[in-house]
Amino acid sequence: MKKFISLFLTSIMLLVAIPATAALNVFACEPEWASLANELGGERVKTVSATTAYQDPHHIEARPSLIAKVRRADLLICSGADLEVGWLPLLQRQASNARVLPNTPGYFEASAMVERLDIPVKIDRSMGDIHAAGNPHVHLDPRRIQTIAKALQVRLVELDPAGKEYYQQRFVKFNQRWQQAMNKWQQQASQLKGTRIVVHHRDWVYLFDWLGIEIAGALEPKPGLPTTAFHLVSLKQTLKAKPAKMIVHTTYQNPRGAKRLSQLTGIPVVQLPYTVGGAEHVKDLFSLFDVTIQRLTGVNK
Amino acid sequence: MKTKSMLLGLVTFACLTPLTFAAKQDGFNPDISLVLDGRYGSYTNTSDYVLPGFMLGGEAGRGEKRFYLGHSELSLSAKVDDMFYGKLTTAIAEHEGETEVELEEAFIETLALDHGLAVKAGRFFSDIGYLNNQHGHTWDFMDVPLVYRGLFGNQLIDDGLQLTWLAPTDVYFKLGVEATRGNRFPAGGASIEGNGNQAVFAKFGGDAGISNAWQLGFSHWRADIEARSAGTHAHGAVSEVPTFKGESEVNGIDFVWKWSPNGNSRERNLKIQAEYFQRSEDGNIEMVGSSPLESSTYQGEQSGWYVQTIYQFMPRWRVGYRYDQLKANNTGSDAGVLAEAGLVTDGHTPERSTIMLDYSYSEYSRIRFQYSKDNSYDDGDNLFFVQYIMTLGAHGAHSF
Repeated sequence: MKKFISLFLTSIMLLVAIPATAALNVFACEPEWASLANELGGERVKTVSATTAYQDPHHIEARPSLIAKVRRADLLICSGADLEVGWLPLLQRQASNARVLPNTPGYFEASAMVERLDIPVKIDRSMGDIHAAGNPHVHLDPRRIQTIAKALQVRLVELDPAGKEYYQQRFVKFNQRWQQAMNKWQQQASQLKGTRIVVHHRDWVYLFDWLGIEIAGALEPKPGLPTTAFHLVSLKQTLKAKPAKMIVHTTYQNPRGAKRLSQLTGIPVVQLPYTVGGAEHVKDLFSLFDVTIQRLTGVNK
Repeated sequence: MKTKSMLLGLVTFACLTPLTFAAKQDGFNPDISLVLDGRYGSYTNTSDYVLPGFMLGGEAGRGEKRFYLGHSELSLSAKVDDMFYGKLTTAIAEHEGETEVELEEAFIETLALDHGLAVKAGRFFSDIGYLNNQHGHTWDFMDVPLVYRGLFGNQLIDDGLQLTWLAPTDVYFKLGVEATRGNRFPAGGASIEGNGNQAVFAKFGGDAGISNAWQLGFSHWRADIEARSAGTHAHGAVSEVPTFKGESEVNGIDFVWKWSPNGNSRERNLKIQAEYFQRSEDGNIEMVGSSPLESSTYQGEQSGWYVQTIYQFMPRWRVGYRYDQLKANNTGSDAGVLAEAGLVTDGHTPERSTIMLDYSYSEYSRIRFQYSKDNSYDDGDNLFFVQYIMTLGAHGAHSF
């Protein structure tokens, strides 16, 4: 017992070396929000992302390291709309940090700032893993990013009033660059309008809504359920009648189903970055859309 | 009768309340969750289950033969307000032909105490060890490791208070203390005249690169036990109950390592978990009901460990292996009394090897096959079980 106690005490002394850092500790649930926080917060924020582009944000374990990070956070930025329902509520309950609980300024739910698509009329577990609050993958529409950025800037000022001018200036600059980039992307992607694409999961609803792309089918028989051989065969029949241009999947999804369907149908497979870090040159939100559109148009020739 | 009307009340409540399927706690309705657990068991032994060197109590047992139900768990939980969270879990089970509603958990917990502090009060699973605070439906095997069966009657649940503090550090470090009533097995009435029972635990955790995460825990539990009784021994018409009074102390260490490629557990993941507990006891055993009263002094040294690994090799499918072993060295003035209390080992080392395979159609439904080569008592046996576990309604997130 005594050994245990002395072990605890030594550990505490070793560990309680909290670095003096930026004004706000930001915990982003996904890399896209870490990137946005860095765009707007600059040197006044210290950002960590709970997940990477190689991890499925629906299925993350409430690991001890994440609890420790939430414990010290001043601001949580998450997609919301139940995307993180399997792990975030647990992190919030276990971190004993009153500043970042739901309904406090320290919890920023990005999808709550914009209109959501795919809101189900009826909900039932037999329909698969669907989100009552609508599709949470809102970051794939640059127009919605713009709205969220504005709301996030207001939130940063609320939490760190001393940095008001700094945040406002950075937002204006970001917004200008973003508007220019959006014009460019829309031009580059104009040819994609009306294109039919098979998806792995309905992650792409907002991107497709923005670019006028049609979903030709999903590899998951129901949201959240793995692909089956039977489902692929029925998908092949559907695609025979109404063909699609490509099959897309993210870095965190197993490409096997997409490849199999490609073998069955001859439709090419495209891996899209989905979020920041999802491809070699995707270092921020700008390059995320650059690469996404490049890959989509590359196949659509 | 009382339990039946309570059961009826809960079911009616569950039916009248619209179910919210997303676990999000919106509105005024509590989250309702129901776990259905059905089993089929097959083995040869017909003798009473014993674990040489250990007094059995609580839920300890090897499982039934043929079709039977595990615990059907109905739980309600919600935020009380912005400061408190509350949860009630009832387990509905049949014991010897009677349907019983057991109050498994009924606690409140602070949400917004801040500074890393949290208080929990009511009836709850103790946070000692790794497995103790986990509900049956989240276990990786149908049953608990032998060391939990032997020392805690499967799981430590008690009424009391818990205080935890989470350090503001990079490495996860959580310290907790518990003071509880000690009325249930294995404390057995510690609160009636004694000082109740207390527990202390510390947990450390972190990541090792992007693909690995770990947690290490230390626990200590102690009680001044007034009357811990183990199974009744019938001697003709007279039934005698071995009852322990004295001091009991448990120390434990637990370790978990999880791996998944790039930290993406969806496709494949591996979990390795091991725990070790050691218990020292000092006091007397009385055969309550015997005439003249038989008794013995008793000094007990018991320990046990297990190591298990679970591998999800593709979505939906997992395989697992577990090995457990126990050791006991109990001494006392009257070997006959110790023997009747189940505290004599006769040189037998309880051990068991278990393999399992489970299939989860979705994250809410699981079917499991399990086989054990069980040498936990003299009559070694082969145990086969098939089990389903289905979760309806709100599905709370699982802790690490």
